[in-house]
Amino acid sequence: MDQGLKDLRTYITTAFKGIESIEFVYEELVLTVGPPDINELLHFLRTDANCQFKVLIDICGADYPQREKRFEVVYNLLSMSQNQRIRVKVMVDENTPVPTSTNIYSCAGWFEREAWDLYGVVFSGHKDLRRLLTDYGFEGHPLRKDFPLTGRVEVRYDEAQKRVVYDPVKLTQDFRTFDFLSPWEGMNRQLPGDEKATNYDKPLEDD
Amino acid sequence: MNETSIKNLTFNFGPQHPAAHGVLRLVLEMDGEVVERADPHIGLLHRGTEKLIENKTYLQAIPYFDRLDYVSPMCQEHAFALATEKLMGIKVPERGQYIRVLFSEITRILNHILNLTAYALDVGAMTPLLWGFEERERLMEFYERVSGARLHAAYFRPGGVHQDLPKGLTEDILEFCETFPNFIDDMEQLLTGNRIFRQRTVDIGIINADEAQDWGMSGPVLRASGVPWDLRKSQPYDIYDRVDFDVPVGKTGDCYARYLVRVAEMRESLRIIKQCIKDMPEGPVISQDHKITPPPRSEMKYSMEALIHHFKLYTEGYHVPVGETYTAVEAPKGEFGVYLVSDGSNRPYRCKIRAPGFAFMQSMDFLSRGHMLADVPAIIGSLDIVFGEVDR
Repeated sequence: MDQGLKDLRTYITTAFKGIESIEFVYEELVLTVGPPDINELLHFLRTDANCQFKVLIDICGADYPQREKRFEVVYNLLSMSQNQRIRVKVMVDENTPVPTSTNIYSCAGWFEREAWDLYGVVFSGHKDLRRLLTDYGFEGHPLRKDFPLTGRVEVRYDEAQKRVVYDPVKLTQDFRTFDFLSPWEGMNRQLPGDEKATNYDKPLEDD
Repeated sequence: MNETSIKNLTFNFGPQHPAAHGVLRLVLEMDGEVVERADPHIGLLHRGTEKLIENKTYLQAIPYFDRLDYVSPMCQEHAFALATEKLMGIKVPERGQYIRVLFSEITRILNHILNLTAYALDVGAMTPLLWGFEERERLMEFYERVSGARLHAAYFRPGGVHQDLPKGLTEDILEFCETFPNFIDDMEQLLTGNRIFRQRTVDIGIINADEAQDWGMSGPVLRASGVPWDLRKSQPYDIYDRVDFDVPVGKTGDCYARYLVRVAEMRESLRIIKQCIKDMPEGPVISQDHKITPPPRSEMKYSMEALIHHFKLYTEGYHVPVGETYTAVEAPKGEFGVYLVSDGSNRPYRCKIRAPGFAFMQSMDFLSRGHMLADVPAIIGSLDIVFGEVDR
């Protein structure tokens, strides 16, 4: 693995307090912090001479409904001078806001708008937290795992009213998901008929 | 004399505007003919690609990447293929890597021809577009010969590329490399020294190195601002570390510099293509682990094992180990990245697409503020925006 990234890990753990976890995932450095510390950490990563993560590549959300704090906000940073990448994660529930990082990185504005639009993560202090990708007047947050793939409304042009109208989605055929998961490899569930094999140890004899 | 206060005029640029490069609704607040504020409304081409990918197997996700930035399809497949390979720990055979780099560079030329010539059209020069499309057609023929499709190729797969190059293709690509510089020279003759073109582009939409980094720029736009940063050099993937090429860097960071950088990049791409063809070894083009890649059809005629693999791959697909990665490639427009999260099943749990155009579009307000209305199309054109990838 890259020695520079290992050194960076040691450096960040000593120089910045308040990191919840710091680990390597597939040779990429991933930090986790609590929502109140995110701006301080980003500021540190951007300005510190040994880090210089001057480019915010991306902010994105991710939804894990089974967790108590269901949303992950993931910041991907790039340091051109060190030629390194780092990933910072913040975990929040639906009601906790994440402080905006628009005052640290100018490009954070739209990334945060997108995360708000698609996941419903609130960024406190954001000056212009409008929806970005979805329709004007859209309801819901489409990338949440509990949002249906087909959406909730469909649009059509109504000849009588001479305008575009919204209707609830009507599918001529039910939406189908196929479970192709293989019963052969890594199987741990019992198939109908399997119980016979355990109840009758000896093979059946011909009468 | 009485002072009268005049209210700023706000109006829509697009969504149906030929210079908006697709479906951009740009709300402009004007003071006379000077732009005071630009508010891009994007999302009119939003198709929910990320949501759809979460509901498809890894193999089925590939064609969605063609449809993001539809003028440089293969580079985006490349990012997804690399991310999947990283999670699965697959090694791509050398020939496969060479073919990928070869076609990534063909894609770069394909993209730059469209951008430069359409840009020239935006600022009033018609001819380059007509000439450029002839050359693009030749490149798309290469696409077709290798994958069967002119645009949506679905050619790069996790593990390599779908099929080997057909006979005679390398010779034809080499022949293209011989004649294409003539086109670049002709185009440059029309544009580079052209007085009108320069009046429209020099000192328009300037962004300096620090601002470009702050706004998350990448690719030619970043390099035009004087930042020598290219992922093919700094974080090489596939066999980019074995080919010899230069990274053109601009000085001024204006629209004209972005044009010059792209022209120079096309010439460098030709160098890479020639080297790829010269050094390409023989051998398989895709990983021979048939739990991940389909077996050859001939084998399926007599091998039961191969038949089962084929069936399982095209119904269930393969399972990717639990993990996550951010993998990026230097797409023609800039850094195209995929943040892929796997939960161990046959479908991606989360696939965030980081498109370079998204960051460019965001900086529109910053770039166009204080410029004239006629400069707005010039800036949009120089940023190389395609709405397929911005809206996803």
